[in-house]
Amino acid sequence: MWGGGKLSYSGARFLGVLVPGWRSSQTKCPGLTSLAVYSKNQLNWSLEIKPGVFNEYRTMWFKSYRTAFSCLNRMKSYRSPWTRLYSTSQNTVDSNEVKTFLALAHKWWDEQGVYAPLHSMNDLRVPFIRDNLLKTVANHQPGKPLSGMKILDVGCGGGLLTEPLGRLGASVVGIDPVDENIKTAQCHKSFDPVLDQRIEYRACSLEEIVEDTAETFDAVVASEVVEHVLDLETFLQCCCQVLKPGGSLFITTINKTQLSYALGIVFSEQIAGIVPKGTHTWEKFVSPEKLESILEPNGLSVQTVAGMLYNPFSGHWHWSENTSLNYAAHAVKSTVQEHTVPAEFVLKEETEELQANAYTSPGMHEELKK
Amino acid sequence: MGVGLASRAASKHPPNEKILLLEAGPKKVLEKLSETYSNRVSSISPGSATLLSSFGAWDHICNMRYRAFRRMQVWDACSEALIMFDKDNLDDMGYIVENDVILHALTKQLEAVSDRVTVLYRSRAVGYTWPCPFPMTDSSPWVHITLGDGSTLQTKLLIGADGHNSGVRQAAGIQNVSWNYDQSAVVATLHLSEATENNVAWQRFLPSGPIALLPLSDTLSSLVWSTSHEHAAELVSMDEEKFVDAINSAFWNDANHTDFIDSAGTVLQHAIALLKPTKVSARQLPPSVARVDAKSRVLFPLGLGHAAEYVRPRVALIGDAAHRVHPLAGQGVNMGFGDISSLVHHLRTAAFNGRDLGSMSHLTGYETDRQRHNTALLAATDLLKRLYSTTATPLVLLRTWGLQATNAVSPLKVRGHSWLSKILAHGRMTLQTALNFFELIFLAMKLSIFPVLMSKKVLARLVGIKVHI
Repeated sequence: MWGGGKLSYSGARFLGVLVPGWRSSQTKCPGLTSLAVYSKNQLNWSLEIKPGVFNEYRTMWFKSYRTAFSCLNRMKSYRSPWTRLYSTSQNTVDSNEVKTFLALAHKWWDEQGVYAPLHSMNDLRVPFIRDNLLKTVANHQPGKPLSGMKILDVGCGGGLLTEPLGRLGASVVGIDPVDENIKTAQCHKSFDPVLDQRIEYRACSLEEIVEDTAETFDAVVASEVVEHVLDLETFLQCCCQVLKPGGSLFITTINKTQLSYALGIVFSEQIAGIVPKGTHTWEKFVSPEKLESILEPNGLSVQTVAGMLYNPFSGHWHWSENTSLNYAAHAVKSTVQEHTVPAEFVLKEETEELQANAYTSPGMHEELKK
Repeated sequence: MGVGLASRAASKHPPNEKILLLEAGPKKVLEKLSETYSNRVSSISPGSATLLSSFGAWDHICNMRYRAFRRMQVWDACSEALIMFDKDNLDDMGYIVENDVILHALTKQLEAVSDRVTVLYRSRAVGYTWPCPFPMTDSSPWVHITLGDGSTLQTKLLIGADGHNSGVRQAAGIQNVSWNYDQSAVVATLHLSEATENNVAWQRFLPSGPIALLPLSDTLSSLVWSTSHEHAAELVSMDEEKFVDAINSAFWNDANHTDFIDSAGTVLQHAIALLKPTKVSARQLPPSVARVDAKSRVLFPLGLGHAAEYVRPRVALIGDAAHRVHPLAGQGVNMGFGDISSLVHHLRTAAFNGRDLGSMSHLTGYETDRQRHNTALLAATDLLKRLYSTTATPLVLLRTWGLQATNAVSPLKVRGHSWLSKILAHGRMTLQTALNFFELIFLAMKLSIFPVLMSKKVLARLVGIKVHI
């Protein structure tokens, strides 16, 4: 628990935690570092990078996972822009995942049902998003603290997080690749006349809207999504592209540790049944270090990483210093990035500017060269 | 949403939500305060006064009329035992306010927030459609209310504040534990024989029931006399002079004293005097009553009621709809106001977290908070009523010593640690109160009454275990 559950911790402390794992990171190591957490995370990281610790099967998989990633990146770069318009393929969306969630689409709004942990996670993630966004505005309307903000909820599912953000006054766009999810979400919000106006749902992938919505959102929320995404790098690049300079990216996900395998998959799915079987694949879990390594080159600086713990007995989430299971991250898109963009791109079309913004991606580079 | 005293106050708070108030009665505009005092009064605790002033209604009450009392004397008709609640710093222990005045203050304040609160007077809800317990995609998740005129409304959260015969509670199918007491309360406005400071609330436990004299002004007091149904009917119908005599003798008569109890009481008094040389406050006598206001005598039956659940998805019960209590502790209205501040607190937090206001996740928080508090108070009040309804020597001795001991241990009493002062002044139970001799019985009683008052589900919630149904 940090500071009695309030947002009074120092972001630097968590950043410090990230440093030992990510040696090539450009983050400056802050002086304040909690020793206990420091060593713990170092341990976690070393477990992950030393193949010897894993069993053989996992090691092999671990390697193939990396290769798969680079392959996909390359594949993507060769895809010409028009195919995306006409094909239904959604390049960061895993079709197996779509099937898993399709089967559960009608259960989203059952607060006691399979998505109960997601419902109660709102107790943490809504204040996390709200408070971090409120830091950026001087005065806000009481009762509607987020009014005037545009938020994109990527992978909104049934709109569990979209609706609370809408109630706080933000105008929210919720997207999800599963049609059924969007139908459920659409139907649920239609009963509330206020939310009906503030929220817009679209059944699409992030890549499909990235060109039309470049630099439109004050915040992008990808809650419990990145662990389901096929191509994390592209996904995060897109998140960055739709953000306004200075906008915030919020991510909550599951860390890639042995503990998260034991508790997140073996315990939650197989034994306790808190989460439906097949919801998660451990291999797709993302460590905060990995997340930061992708975010930093895209001009997103990680402000906060905070651990979240779920108590299956009480059904509530708690903030924790330990990020080895679930964690929430807040990153801010730098405002200076625009100046680093070569002048020639600034005047050109939006799409090109987008690509320029993502100049760090090798895939995008190739696309540009073409 | 609900009708009654409490809902009016409740409507003030939730931020940024539109509130519709359904009121069966007509709008009552009090142009000028009538000269005569109303016979229906409430004892408002400082906590309730804080709530009322938090949204400006207390100012209206102050501009009309109320009477603060600084002391409270409670004593036994069967012995010399008494307890005196006193605040050294001359703070008010509570306020006696006419119900009409509270209602008027709230109506006035409602007009000030007419942009957010709409009041439908003379409206009646005839039917409720509850949301389906299993989330369905095609049915509305909101509560639908059909009014007497055929129109329908829908709401995220229905607050039932429609009295102890709550239509909302019945329509929601919430179980209610209730029983009628063998007592009725007689209320009346009394004229004192001479003008006094009149800032003490008096209550004497007669074997037939408690009689209370609450200050209204220098020369006026309000009577609340709980007694058997027959006696109450008799009191209301007898001529005024006889009625006044009955009141005076009820306060002054020592006919129920027995020598044994008196000497036993004196022994303890001496023992206390040895331990604690400073004088224990002596019994004072209430002012004598000269006459009763014509037509101010009314009786109403008494009972106890408690809803097994205060909340359902999109429904919350407050005030008498959730609990009905014997007036001996003067806590009925304060429990209702307590419900309001708790509900407002939970709804406000929920709104700031973007939650659906009708969601069970925070409504159960309200229920847990209030049931913990209300059941204790209800059980204590019921116990007191039973304990003082008897003349059986062992029980009289027990309560005499208990009251004397409590009165002697003044720090307990003044700091408000005593269970009695809590019930009478603030109504809150803590662990320390169990130290008191009396409270052990109270606790035992409470434990035995607990399962009756609450369903298993609620009990489980109190212990913090999540039950999946």
